This record gives sequence, C-alpha cells and structure tokens, in this order.
Amino acid sequence: MNGDSFIAGMGIVSAIGKDLPANFKSLCEEKAGIGVMKWLSSSHQDELPVGEVKYSNTELAAFTGLSSSLPRTALLSCLAAREALQDAGWEKHNSLRTGFISANTVGGMDKTEKFFKSFSKNMAAGKLADVVHHECGAVTELVADFLGIQHFVSTVSTACSSSANAIFTGARMIRAGLLDYALVGGADALTRFTLNGFNTLMILDKELCKPFDENRHGLNLGEGAAYLLLASEKALKQLGKNPYARITGYANANDAFHQTASSPGGTGSFLAMKGALEKAGLKPTDINYINLHGTGTQNNDIAESTAIRLLFDPVFPKMSSTKAYTGHTLGASGAVEAVYSVLAIQHGVIFPNLRLKTPMKEFPFQPVTGLLKNQPIQHVLSNSFGFGGNCSSLIFSAA
Amino acid sequence: MDNLIQKLKEQVIERLNLKDLKPSDIGDDQPLFVEGIGLDSIDALELIVLLQQEYNIKLSNAEDGPRVFHSIRTMADYITANSGLVKVSP
Amino acid sequence: MNNRKVYIRSTGNISPQHSLDEDAFFLICEKNTNNFFKSLEPDYSTFIDNKMIRRMSRILKMGVAASMICLRNAGVEDPAAILTATAYGCLEDSSAFLRRMIEFEEKMLSPTAFIQSTHNTVGAQIALLLKCHNYNNTIVHRSFSFENALTESILLLEEGIAPVLVGAVDEITDDRHAILSRFGLYRTHTGNIAGEGAAFFLLDKEPGLSYQAVLKDVQIIYNGENIQEDIAAFLKKNEIVTDQIGLILYSNSGKDKQKERDDGILKTFFRGIPNFPFKTLCGDYPTSSGFALWFAALLLKEQKLPSWMERLSFPLKNIFIHQQDGLHHSFLLISSS
Repeated sequence: MNGDSFIAGMGIVSAIGKDLPANFKSLCEEKAGIGVMKWLSSSHQDELPVGEVKYSNTELAAFTGLSSSLPRTALLSCLAAREALQDAGWEKHNSLRTGFISANTVGGMDKTEKFFKSFSKNMAAGKLADVVHHECGAVTELVADFLGIQHFVSTVSTACSSSANAIFTGARMIRAGLLDYALVGGADALTRFTLNGFNTLMILDKELCKPFDENRHGLNLGEGAAYLLLASEKALKQLGKNPYARITGYANANDAFHQTASSPGGTGSFLAMKGALEKAGLKPTDINYINLHGTGTQNNDIAESTAIRLLFDPVFPKMSSTKAYTGHTLGASGAVEAVYSVLAIQHGVIFPNLRLKTPMKEFPFQPVTGLLKNQPIQHVLSNSFGFGGNCSSLIFSAA
Repeated sequence: MDNLIQKLKEQVIERLNLKDLKPSDIGDDQPLFVEGIGLDSIDALELIVLLQQEYNIKLSNAEDGPRVFHSIRTMADYITANSGLVKVSP
Repeated sequence: MNNRKVYIRSTGNISPQHSLDEDAFFLICEKNTNNFFKSLEPDYSTFIDNKMIRRMSRILKMGVAASMICLRNAGVEDPAAILTATAYGCLEDSSAFLRRMIEFEEKMLSPTAFIQSTHNTVGAQIALLLKCHNYNNTIVHRSFSFENALTESILLLEEGIAPVLVGAVDEITDDRHAILSRFGLYRTHTGNIAGEGAAFFLLDKEPGLSYQAVLKDVQIIYNGENIQEDIAAFLKKNEIVTDQIGLILYSNSGKDKQKERDDGILKTFFRGIPNFPFKTLCGDYPTSSGFALWFAALLLKEQKLPSWMERLSFPLKNIFIHQQDGLHHSFLLISSS
C-alpha cells in the first residue's frame, strides 16, 4: 500500500506568534520571542528567560470559546489544532476516517501544581477540577472533543521527541490504510514543574540561548503547540487542494547512553538521521536544509554536530536551530519545527540561527546566521532528540 | 575534619541510595566518579544539592563539579574552605 | 487487521497475582489487601544491576523487570523495537518532585525525581540496560495506552521490524488512590478496587521455536454509542462468531452504568459463553488490559483451568477481551493458533 502522507494543513502557536502567518512573519523578521517570564509565576522569574506564548489563559480561552480554567496545554493545543483543520478545509462530517495523535509531556500539570499546594498539606483538600485533566491523554481528549474527532485518538510522550513521534505515527497509520486523515503534532505549556526540573539539571541559560555557539550556556525553555493535518491521496482529493509538502522519511532510534545526556558520539542522533534518509530513499547530499534540534546545551550541540559530521561529511547542507526564536518547547518542539521546516519548503526560505557569534571550533560547518531567500528547497531534515535517548528525525519533501 | 569526612560518607550513601555500601567501604581519597564508586552526572547534581541543603554552600558553576567531588576528601576540603569552619588538625 | 497473524512469543508480568510463578498462579487467587491491589514483587537484583536499582523508583523496577523476564523467556536480547504504554506515568516521582518544589519554594531541588518523572523513563531504561538503539516509543493515552501500543506494534511488524517488545505499566500510589477515590472511582461494594501492574510481551510475525498465543486483532472505540454493534462488527471483521469464543475477559469496573453495560452484553450478546471479570485479579487501572492479555495468553498456552475459576471448556481456542471504563472501550481477540 503506497500511502504517502501529504501535509494538507498546518497550525501553530508559539512565543513568536499566535498562528501560522504570525510565526512566519517573526521568522522572516528575525524576531525572537524569548524574554523575561511574564505569565508563569515562579521564584525564578527574574533569573531565567523563557519563550512564553504572549497570551494569558483567559485570552487563549477567548480565542477558542473554551473555559479559561482548562490546562494551558489544552488551550494552546486547541488553538493550533483548529488552525490546522481550518487551514486544510477539513470538514467534521466527512465520510473518511480521521485520527488525532497528539504529544505532550506536561499534561495538565499547571493545574495539578495548584492542586498539590493544598493537597500536600491535607489529602482531603484541593479542588478536584484542577486534576481532572492531569493525564497527558486527558488533554488530548479535550482537544479531540473540541474538534469533533473520535475515530482514533492517541497520545505520545517521549520527552523532546514526542511530537516528531506523533507525526510519524500518523504517517504510518495512513500508509497502512488505517486512517485517511491524521491530525498530528503536540503541545506543551510552560510549568513550574518543568522549569524547576530543568533547572536542577543545570542546563538552563540565564541569558538568551545561543544554539551551536562555541560559548553557549544552555537552553531556554519555551511553550507552544503545532499540528499538521496529514492526508492520504484519497483524502487530499476530498479536500481539493494542493498539499504543502510530503512526509517522505522518518526514523526513531535510541541513544541508550544515559537517562538525560546524549552520547558524545551522538549515536542516537546519527541513527535517527541515517534511518530517515534510508526511509526516504535519499542520500545526504539530497538534503537542502537541516532544522537542528540545537537546544544550546553543551551536550546536545556537540552530540548533534558529531552525528552530522559523520553522516554528511564532506558536503554539509545549510542548517539552523529555530529554538533561538522560540526556546525549547519540549513536547511541542518536534511539531513546531516540522511546521517551520514545511514553511521553508513552501517559501524557499532558510531561517537563521539567531545570536550565533562564534561557531563551534571543532566542526567544519556552522548554521546560517541571516535569513536566506529564494532557496531551492526540495528536502528538509528535522531533528528532535530527547531525554531517555529518544531520538527522532523527519524528512519533509516538496510535494 | 575526620568527623566531617565520616559524616559526608554517611550523607553520600544516604542521598545516593548506595544501599550496598557502608562508610568504611569508601576510601577518603577514593575517586567517586567513573572508576572507584562509579557515580555519574546525575549523582553529581545530587551532590550539588547536598552541599546546598546540608552545608549552605552553592556550587553555581557545574564545571567545578569534577574537581570538588573528586573524592570525599576534596569535598570535605571544599566545604571547610567555603563555610568558615575551623580546620581541625588530623 | 484480520489477516495479520501476530505471535505472542513470550510474556513477563509483575502483578498482584502470582504471575511470576505459573504453578502458584493456577492454585492461588490473591485478594486485595488494604484498599487496593499491590503487586507481588520479585527480588529485583536478579534482573537489574544494583548500581542502577538504587536510583529506580518502584514503577521503573516493575517495568524493567517484567521486560527482562519477557525477553529472557524468549531468549532474545535485542528487540527490534521497544514500546511502552502507561497512562499515569511515573506517579511516585512526579509527586515527590511536586511536593518538594512546593515545600522548598522552588529552591534546592534534586534532579533524580524529575528525571524519572517523565513518561518515557521506563522505555528508556529498558533500552539503556539492553544497550538497544532500536525504535523506542511511549504511548500515554488513558485506557487506550496499551491497545494503541499494540496497534503500533502490529504496524511495525508488518514493516519487517521484528520482534517487538511491548508492555503496559501503571502503578498505585497513595496519592493516586486518594485522588481517584475522591472522584468516586473505587467502590468497594461493586468490587471496583484500584490496582497496578507491569506486563510485557514479545510479539513477532514468526512463531519462533515456541509461542504462547496469537494476537488476532485489537480495536479501540472512543465515545461509542452502541458497543454491542461495535463488538459484532469487530467479530465479523475477524470472521468469528460468538460460539467460537471460549472465554470473555471483561472489566466489570467503574461507575454503575458501565457495569450495567457489561452485564447486558454478557447476558444477551454473549449469552452462554464463559466470562470472567479480570480486574478482580489485578485491580482497576487504565493499562489493565496488559494483565488481561497475559492471562489470556497463559490460558491458551496451558489449556487448563485455574483452580479458582469455574466453567471453561477445552480445548480453549479463542478469548475475547473487553476492557472499558465507560468512555473508552477496547476489544482484543486472542487465539491459540
């Protein structure tokens, strides 16, 4: 069954914009969205820059008509998921089978934190309404119900590679003839839990992050949501529109080195990228742009660079990390960067790796530092490497 | 210093859940990481928190970690140097 | 999905029953103690190096040990894929980190609990121990977590990625029990009691030297309106009639309406077919279909009746599992060949 997945619609909300046009505009204007914490309340407020979506829960709820008491992850997810469906022109009561495969790592943790404040002192205290959507899957179902999708629902959670895995799970199901449409992607809101968790690992930069810079000091956390509506050939005909791109390659490998750190040789990264190329039937020289995982940590950037050198040497494609714009959006990052990869194909643009001053000394390549237009982009490789050694790479190709 | 070294061994065992070890199993100068006891980077982070919670010392630069946590003795020296404790002659 | 034969080559299960000792399991049926079912746990040091155990939470140890047992039983060291299903994730670590974060007002927090709170920790730890660089995914969708992991496993097998190690793990903690009790989820008068477990399976397209059972099909129904119709369609798709089913493993859990639905379907649609409420063995938790699948595979392999079960005719050919919590219904069909 040759079931290629076509990308028929996209939706996104991030620190650099509330929707697809706003994100694209910020990318082209080289306007990052990382700064002082404004919406999340934390004792690290003045210490750690973050890439927050620039709206309160009340405002986000107003965009969708949902209740502002829902978890922030759900509000972000609904916004972006709805945009993807509208962008594609998907109708709820079509005769075909639609699945929703979403990723997140925090679920309703922002509300759970509130609950635990009282519950930790007294197990009969705390508002139950605050934990009813705690589970990752519960957040997915809030969105599925909002959109009217019920044929198939699932949630993936593999740390930073979560939404990349969600994307190709959907592609896989379309290829196998189990779905006609797959709305795939992910969402994660910033929470005190993750902020403090990452802080204990001492990998957060107190300044704006500098991915792939020799003098980088860590990552900035971000938040957001992004979705692609994948369509089979049959579904695409139903929509009657041209797709943005196709998903041609995907691979998932495990670094199996350490619970949080990547192996210095970037084994997992290498295997994921290589596997994606093999799946797509492409050679390294066919790749026109790599959207790097590029978090800005010492460890990731070396591991990823080592893997790139091993795979692509001596011809290196243009590359950049867009986390310099949005921060690391964790469960949403694979999908956010998938959207940016597809925008790159659609517009023939390569987005810069902001704030790169000194390229890493030991590597014979460096990311692009200014916006490049009129690029002939056929194939984009997008990397997502996470805790637990979960490494995934996706390849998007011009339709 | 001996008291501190003994206390540190107990604290390290407890915090890192090294159930199989007794304080007498850890040499004062035995390397804690990679070889020796075989601790890893997550243990290093836990030891940073130990310093903060038990000794009120903040190791803000993770890169100092390998030097400070090389052995129980280097940890004791660091604590002594940074907390104004009077050094007791060995 | 009905033409895809998937062999369950081996299993590994840590549960509130004697799932690590088959002889004992067939003789003794453990009841819950306290307010919930807690697993009978082995000496983990026989499966995991002490250096790694020291840092592992309970759910990690359970999941890793169950997976090791499964692989050992099949004589496989390098599965082509590792899939883990968990609805709640690592609750103990999440609670621990949360509590400390609140108590210490976001200061002086230690990393271990956070690192182990991520949902993919079990799958990652298995890969780490095996030094397995292959496909690795974690599915976290409520009562569909395990079923969706099975669906993905089947697709991987069809692509030639074999064998696949797939498992379901959820833990009971005091926090979880307290919160869900407040939601009215556990009612002792209906026998609905909280549980936990870690069940792993090695699936393959080939039977290998031996196998336990065949997974014929798996389907999820979200927000279904007529479950009986859905079951009928599922069986029809698999070219099986109700008379050919030797045993129904059903949930009998959750709120009263769900229980009514179970009873209704059993009394009419599945009239006369032996049935058993599997959650009376493992307790109620979202990935309990993992226990049910283990149980089904064991009965099909052994072709004998546990002393504490009534009424079953042999040879036992097909078992139908209906896991549900009202909103989520899933069907599994398992056969002896």
